[in-house]
Amino acid sequence: MKSKKLAIPYIIWLFAFTIVPLVLIATNAFQGSHGGFTLDNIAKAWSSEYLHALLYSLEIAFVSTLICLLLAYPASYIISQMKARTQAIITMLITIPMWMNILLRLLGWYILLQNGGPIHTVLSLLGIDAPILGTDAAVVLGMVYEFLPFMIMPLHTVMSKIDRSHIEAAQDLGANKFNILRKVIFPLSVPGIVSGITMVFVPSASTFIVTKYLGGMHLMIGDYIEAAFLCADRNFGAALALTLMVIIIIFMVITNRFGDEEAVGV
Amino acid sequence: MKKAKIPSKLYMLLIFLFLYAPIAVLFVISFNENKSATTVEGFTLKWYAEVFKDSMLMDSLVNSLIIALLSALISTVLGTLTSIGIYNFKGAPRKLFQTVSNIPIINPEIVTGFSLLLLFTFVGTLFRFEMGFLTVLLAHIGFCTPYVILSVTPKLRQMDNHIYEAALDLGCNQLKAFFKVVLFELLPGIISGFLISFTYSLDDFVISYFTCGASFQTLPIYIFNNNRIPKKIPMFCALSVMLFLVIITILIIVNISSIKAEQKDK
Repeated sequence: MKSKKLAIPYIIWLFAFTIVPLVLIATNAFQGSHGGFTLDNIAKAWSSEYLHALLYSLEIAFVSTLICLLLAYPASYIISQMKARTQAIITMLITIPMWMNILLRLLGWYILLQNGGPIHTVLSLLGIDAPILGTDAAVVLGMVYEFLPFMIMPLHTVMSKIDRSHIEAAQDLGANKFNILRKVIFPLSVPGIVSGITMVFVPSASTFIVTKYLGGMHLMIGDYIEAAFLCADRNFGAALALTLMVIIIIFMVITNRFGDEEAVGV
Repeated sequence: MKKAKIPSKLYMLLIFLFLYAPIAVLFVISFNENKSATTVEGFTLKWYAEVFKDSMLMDSLVNSLIIALLSALISTVLGTLTSIGIYNFKGAPRKLFQTVSNIPIINPEIVTGFSLLLLFTFVGTLFRFEMGFLTVLLAHIGFCTPYVILSVTPKLRQMDNHIYEAALDLGCNQLKAFFKVVLFELLPGIISGFLISFTYSLDDFVISYFTCGASFQTLPIYIFNNNRIPKKIPMFCALSVMLFLVIITILIIVNISSIKAEQKDK
């Protein structure tokens, strides 16, 4: 058991399949299609068309994360107040849909939202006769749907660990419900908030699946990376991927400052 | 613990309605006689038969299962050995290892997928091979192994090192002591690592999409490539229902056996 050697195969693996590929992204991004150093790909990735896509992705991710947080916070609090047995059942019910592939669940939303579908029909009966599929709202809905459980889970974990005696002490000292929430529950749930935000923001800024099923009006950065992949423009795809990666790293550094790093870990 | 109040219950009900709405739609459409997914009329089981008649779909399902089983097995072995090896590292090397090992978890899937695409095409042009089964398998082992390490390492920390030393004192050689003592102590972590890997591999779309090449496809890739073919939509709904029922059955069995195990412990 003292053998460090056992880790060697995986260390080699990490080098070959994690580090080298990331280095390849960086080198490809600065390479022309016939080799040689160039800044063309980076310049193109930062030109206004793609910068718009990038900003749009961040905007969609930001709005989706915010909605997830607003929906999940009360839900997590309600769950954490239930009996231990009920909590286990409810959390299981929240995770069950995640066992079905997201492509199939998005197909379900596609059917629900399409023109002539149930939601569109109800809305047009109410006098709002506009297509839903393809709009930004549909994209945000898809994102919130896909990632809501990733926000509820960490929040519920921290909230269920809050010691009841803290809340009781606050009550004894005369705090009303709002102050208990503001001064006791909220500060203690910050690590869960930070970890939930990371778990929602990063995948929603980089996905291309939701836009494929529900979007259409605007493309996200992920769509452009996929497009570069489909037309085999590896150098430009690498430039986009590099840009996305740098932004995600900056985002993670900022959020980690707010949260206790240990609690953020998976 | 107080009982949940009516508004709280209503709120949770809405959350569940949101989470299960697309799944409910898939159920309805899967029995729908009408070919279009907008008008519901009649009852039929023909879409269920279609699933089994679609040989491409069946092939991709088999591919998915083989990839999931192999990648789960390999990454479980690799991850377990690595956890033990890394346990003997201290300080900065260990920290560095953990950071690099977590990259596949933190990095957006699309970046991981694209970086592996660059690696495989680069190596592929050197050695003249095409992406397919092997590259998907390698990619899956890459993103599964970190999860195995994350689930085995805590068990390693909990383990009493003296048991292992006792086995050595009693005449086991290192290998025998490993199989007779250590493996047994780590087993819960190893099993959960295996199950996590299996389900992640089965569920993965993005990374497979970038690494599967032109002729090999897993089930999620098949679903994605055919999502715009209207006549396949009801068939995918039937497929979803069957997958969902399989998952529910497995979850129920797992839960019942874990409850029984708990009762035995008492």
